[in-house]
Amino acid sequence: MPSYVITEKCDGCKGGDKTACMYICPNDLMVLEPNAMKAYNQEPDQCWECFSCVKICPTQAVEVRGYADFVPLGSSIMPMLGTEDVMWTCKFRNGVIKRFKFPIRTTPEGQANAYADLKGKDIETELLSTEEAEGKTLPTPIATV
Amino acid sequence: MALPNKPMGELKAVKDPEVEEREVDILIVGGGMAACGSAFEAKKWMDDGQSVLLIDKAAMERSGAVAQGLSAINTYIGDNTPDDYVRMVRNDLMGIVREDLIFDLGCHVDDSVHLFEEWGLPVWKKDDKGKNLDGKKGLKVGSLKSGASPVRTGKWQIMINGESYKRIVAEAAKLAIGEENVLERVFIVELLLDANKENQIAGAVGFSVRENKVFIIKCKTMMVACGGAVNIYQPRSVGEGKGRAWYPVWNSGSTYTLCMRVGAELSMMENRFTPARFKDGYGPVGAWFLLFKAKTLNGLGEAFAGSDVAKAELEKYAPYGTAAITPTCLRNHLMLFEMKEGRGPILMDTVTALAEIGKTMDKKELKHLESEAWEDFLDMTCGQANLWCATNTEPEKKNSEVMPTEPYLLGSHSGCCGLWTSGPDLDWVPDAYKIKADNGKVYNRMTTVNGLFTSGDGVGCSGHKFSSGSHAEGRMAIKQMVRYAKDHADFSPALSESKDALVDLVYKPVRTFLETCDYTTAIDINPNYLKPDGMMYRLMKATHEYGAGTATYYVTTSKNLEIVMDLLATMREDCEKLAAGDLHELMRAWEIIHRIWTVESHLRHIQYRKETRYPGFYYQADCPGTDDENWFCFVNSKYDPKAETWDVKKVDYIKIFPDA
Ligand SMILES: Cc1cc2nc3c(=O)[nH]c(=O)nc-3n(C[C@H](O)[C@H](O)[C@H](O)COP(=O)(O)OP(=O)(O)OC[C@H]3O[C@@H](n4cnc5c(N)ncnc54)[C@H](O)[C@@H]3O)c2cc1C
Ligand code: SF4
Ligand code: SF4
Repeated sequence: MPSYVITEKCDGCKGGDKTACMYICPNDLMVLEPNAMKAYNQEPDQCWECFSCVKICPTQAVEVRGYADFVPLGSSIMPMLGTEDVMWTCKFRNGVIKRFKFPIRTTPEGQANAYADLKGKDIETELLSTEEAEGKTLPTPIATV
Repeated sequence: MALPNKPMGELKAVKDPEVEEREVDILIVGGGMAACGSAFEAKKWMDDGQSVLLIDKAAMERSGAVAQGLSAINTYIGDNTPDDYVRMVRNDLMGIVREDLIFDLGCHVDDSVHLFEEWGLPVWKKDDKGKNLDGKKGLKVGSLKSGASPVRTGKWQIMINGESYKRIVAEAAKLAIGEENVLERVFIVELLLDANKENQIAGAVGFSVRENKVFIIKCKTMMVACGGAVNIYQPRSVGEGKGRAWYPVWNSGSTYTLCMRVGAELSMMENRFTPARFKDGYGPVGAWFLLFKAKTLNGLGEAFAGSDVAKAELEKYAPYGTAAITPTCLRNHLMLFEMKEGRGPILMDTVTALAEIGKTMDKKELKHLESEAWEDFLDMTCGQANLWCATNTEPEKKNSEVMPTEPYLLGSHSGCCGLWTSGPDLDWVPDAYKIKADNGKVYNRMTTVNGLFTSGDGVGCSGHKFSSGSHAEGRMAIKQMVRYAKDHADFSPALSESKDALVDLVYKPVRTFLETCDYTTAIDINPNYLKPDGMMYRLMKATHEYGAGTATYYVTTSKNLEIVMDLLATMREDCEKLAAGDLHELMRAWEIIHRIWTVESHLRHIQYRKETRYPGFYYQADCPGTDDENWFCFVNSKYDPKAETWDVKKVDYIKIFPDA
């Protein structure tokens, strides 16, 4: 199910230094055509339909059309990624529409506790830094043969 | 996709790229779950004077297998014991596993899961009435760490709202290691051994897919965690759909190839994974079996898995086949049996399952149940949701077909191929499982090359780590790497190859292209070279037909294996003439080289093991069935980079944990 870019909606990320779709695609598929300043998927048959480009595009210019070889036309699924939830709109070929909202994270973005100040003490043990800090001991097998 | 009148690729490659040389103590190659674990843990153990660098071919925020998210964490020990975890993995993988590695992982995996939840990953909980609470609601009954009960689908899995799983994990990883110590969009092509010290890792060479630049990086110790291998077999989909593999198409076997090419020993490369998934969309079935209690039916509408024929078939593979939970490969085996007998297609009976659960639920709960079913897809295989929409499939009204996929190689999911690594230096671990480095010390998860480590999909003989276990393993390994770097503070890595030779190695496909591309009028067809795309098709055709691909219901024979070995040898020769006109294509060229080496090791192992250890994953028709008397052992292989020869051998399996 390859991604595609809607010509009208893509503004090339305003010529900024980070073209969002190109930045994110795990398979290096999205590229910016520098003359028209529009992005496109350069290798649709290597698209994993991961929707990373769809979710990140600031202008909702990227969508996905089912793979030609096994997906009938006429349906679509479209995410809207917020800071706490993702909203999905799923349109069936027969017109049925389903909407779903799922939580994505419980903390503000950018504030994951990286334990920056935590320093491990004993490098010769098998304990991880947070385990050591909590005074854990390494389990041993209950029984061995 | 060639646009009219425009050659493919916006980032043209040039003959002479810039070169950037760096030296660090610790190098992490990969940016997936395992590498993110390493990035989180590294500085907790490093001294101020030590340096670290992480290199990912993509953007960590969405790289690797977890790019689109996951709907479950498949390994959480919780109230279980690591001992039982070992027994579960051992049974699923037909007995031959490294019990030391599995137990060890089981001791640490929960710590990573607790961190995920603290970082913001929503984990479902059970409230005191036994109802499910997802999202933030789950936190009302406390965190997992504080003792709240997760929603278990099986004994080991817990449910999450995991759309942003990778973003959350990568965020913590980057904050911990520091953005300045991360290089994204750099593809590593080859590892480098030390010029002076035998069997010692000294660096890696790669290139940027964003600018014409080659990176030469020296290090004292290195982790390679580039995931498993996909697109090594002809996928079931054709044309546009080729990207729809179950495992992420971008994991190209770099882990195995990079390490084997410097002489690291591989183990159990014969193991593979051909999961049964919803047909074409490859959406997950786990929640359908475990959470919704659905059954699979054959074309006659029979629940074949419980039939007398199936039971008799499973008896043949006792004790694994007769265990409470049937091993994944044998479940496939039963399904293939039905298909071959002409009783296909296999259908997941979603209609009955949802009707049954619905009996005990009110309208609101039913609505939530429907949403859970869709979330399972939308959180990790979005395309399956669209396929349901396109085919007007509402699971409460219409059943869906299930099909085993093309083969993948991996060591963290329900497969166990990978590198032979050291176990921890603990009393209960057999000496044979401890690899001694040059200084006589043992470093957990070090390969047989001094200073070279791996984790996640890279560690062989210990599957079922999944996302959480891979993260924890990355953390375990990096602590040992810091220790290794400290113990080798005096070691100064030296490369035997000159800068020019390395650039020539990396940019060879570009130079081949630029030298000869004007010879013909069509850029892709030229007798002087082959584009990576063409080579990919050649590889897929060969493995598909001879290497136990879907073409033959995963069957191969000794003779077929001989043929495919010849084909692979020719492919490796022809890879000398791969051509790349732009940076994206240069990455594709190197990926296909990595794939060819990886799949060759896979087939060499199948060739060596004269039995069929994993029926349902592959069949060696000349040696059907398992043969415990002769083959209850690991198969290890080693490529000698100097002599350019392979050595394949048996290694003793040691049972550490008694049966329950
Ligand atoms: C469809 C699917 C469903 C899954 N479901 C679940 C689930 O429900 N629960 C669960 O717990 N687990 C699940 N897993 C398993 C889990 O995702 C893996 O176990 C885990 O991601 C493995 O971690 P890793 O670090 O080894 O590899 P990955 O996370 O895949 O990371 C590989 C990394 O290497 C990089 N890389 C590759 N080659 C190179 C190179 N040459 N140079 C530089 N960088 C490179 C990639 O960009 C990536 O960053 C699922 C996996 C898939 C594919
Ligand atoms: S992210 Fe959207 S707006 Fe930006 S270049 Fe891509 S398609 Fe265009
Ligand atoms: S859907 Fe995923 S693989 Fe496809 S172009 Fe977008 S980011 Fe890349």
